[in-house]
Amino acid sequence: MTTGESSTADGGAAAAGPSRVPLSVLAWVWVGVPMAYGLYELAHKAAQLFTG
Amino acid sequence: MTTGFLDRTRTVAPAGWSRWLVPPAALSVHLSIGQAYAWSVFKPPLESSLNLSGTASALPFQLGIVMLGLSAAFGGTLVERNGPRWAMAVSLLCFSSGFLIAALGASLEQYWLVVFGYGFVGGIGLGIGYISPVSTLIKWFPDRPGMATGIAIMGFGGGALIASPWSAQMLETFGSDSGGIASAFLVHGLVYAAFMTLGVLLVRVPAEGWRPPAGRAPQEKQEKRTLVTTADVSARNAVRTPQFWCLWVVLCMNVTAGIGILEKAAPMIGDFFADTSTPVSASAAAGFVALLSLANMSGRFLWSATSDVIGRKNMYRVYLGVGALMYLAIVQLGDASKPVFITCALVILSFYGGGFATVPAYLKDLFGTYQVGAIHGRLLTAWSLAGVLGPLIVNWVADSQEGAGRSGSELYGLSLSIMIGLLAVGFLANELVRPVNPKYHEPVSTAGATPGRAHEEADGR
Repeated sequence: MTTGESSTADGGAAAAGPSRVPLSVLAWVWVGVPMAYGLYELAHKAAQLFTG
Repeated sequence: MTTGFLDRTRTVAPAGWSRWLVPPAALSVHLSIGQAYAWSVFKPPLESSLNLSGTASALPFQLGIVMLGLSAAFGGTLVERNGPRWAMAVSLLCFSSGFLIAALGASLEQYWLVVFGYGFVGGIGLGIGYISPVSTLIKWFPDRPGMATGIAIMGFGGGALIASPWSAQMLETFGSDSGGIASAFLVHGLVYAAFMTLGVLLVRVPAEGWRPPAGRAPQEKQEKRTLVTTADVSARNAVRTPQFWCLWVVLCMNVTAGIGILEKAAPMIGDFFADTSTPVSASAAAGFVALLSLANMSGRFLWSATSDVIGRKNMYRVYLGVGALMYLAIVQLGDASKPVFITCALVILSFYGGGFATVPAYLKDLFGTYQVGAIHGRLLTAWSLAGVLGPLIVNWVADSQEGAGRSGSELYGLSLSIMIGLLAVGFLANELVRPVNPKYHEPVSTAGATPGRAHEEADGR
């Protein structure tokens, strides 16, 4: 998830440019929050196997 | 439509672009279209408000899955040509407008519009969306293609986990009459359009000559792996190779076997332990189904990433070979041990998900990156057949066993044994996979290089 894995066409280190960290955080939060909600609901339901 | 913002040339990543921005772009599409597996939430309210049978209320989902297979098979080449942003935009348009048409159908109480909107139009969005990020991810992660596609395809499994409680909550809020269903469809269409927009805006293809960071060489360069090619095969040629059809059989058998458990999970665990001292209640069975969904989703990432380490062929040996042993354990131990039954079922479902997620990387190993998305689309027809075959076998056998006066775990013995046979067939097909004959490779020409070869050459591969 880091931007440290970005690189240029010649395979060298990342070129100087705008930082992608805020964009990366936003993008992963965008998909991570709904997934966390789905997993939370799932965990509640799955617990019934042991308590139901 | 391919000019301007959606054009492939407009999606080439600028210098310094992080490849870790591509998985969330893919996830935003797959988490959305994965909603398809939560369609069952809408079935009871549709049946009561529009006076439909159970078979009729399943039609939008069934047509959607058929359209997924068809659009992935026939639209794959277009996706390769026009690029991932175009594909994600088409998927967004079709999937969300499918919901909007279905909303109109529900409000007018015209069920055919629901079937057409969600099933036909939305189904095209499913197929194009499913294959849209595959080749892009493989090109960004040549060192870890299994892990990359595993993330995206895990999203398809996760989509239902999100949609199921969310849709149910929405129906509770709006009501379960036709007006309430229409409102729920409308909100789904608008929210999914907004959510998928991230993918359209964020997806980038690597610039020509782009290479992964130092120390992360493409897999074909890491060590000698006989099945990992540096050549390219077009989609048209790939379907002429025995390798494609071996993989088709592998996928079909693995999916059929997984669906065999998935389809009857709740009644199966109830029947298995009905005559024991610890019977399984309906709510516990629902918990079991939820755990299976989790295994299905996590297997997509875990096993696909593992395939980067042990190789694709070995991974499918595990899915099919160990999967058959898990089925055998269920047949042999029957109702003797609940933990063994649950563990075996979870492993089988994790292999089911893993089989889906690992196959794009297997295709890349055999056919190169040139048209891997289009080849993947054609391979997904195996899923369409398995989607019919799996439930058919399990339901038909269970019904016939019940008719013969059997009960409990005896209802499933035969169908589970059939699944073992199917996995054995898949195992054999996997063993037959060999490197593709060079006569199918795209010619390497310095003057008129094909897109795939040009990419390879620029990479210095």
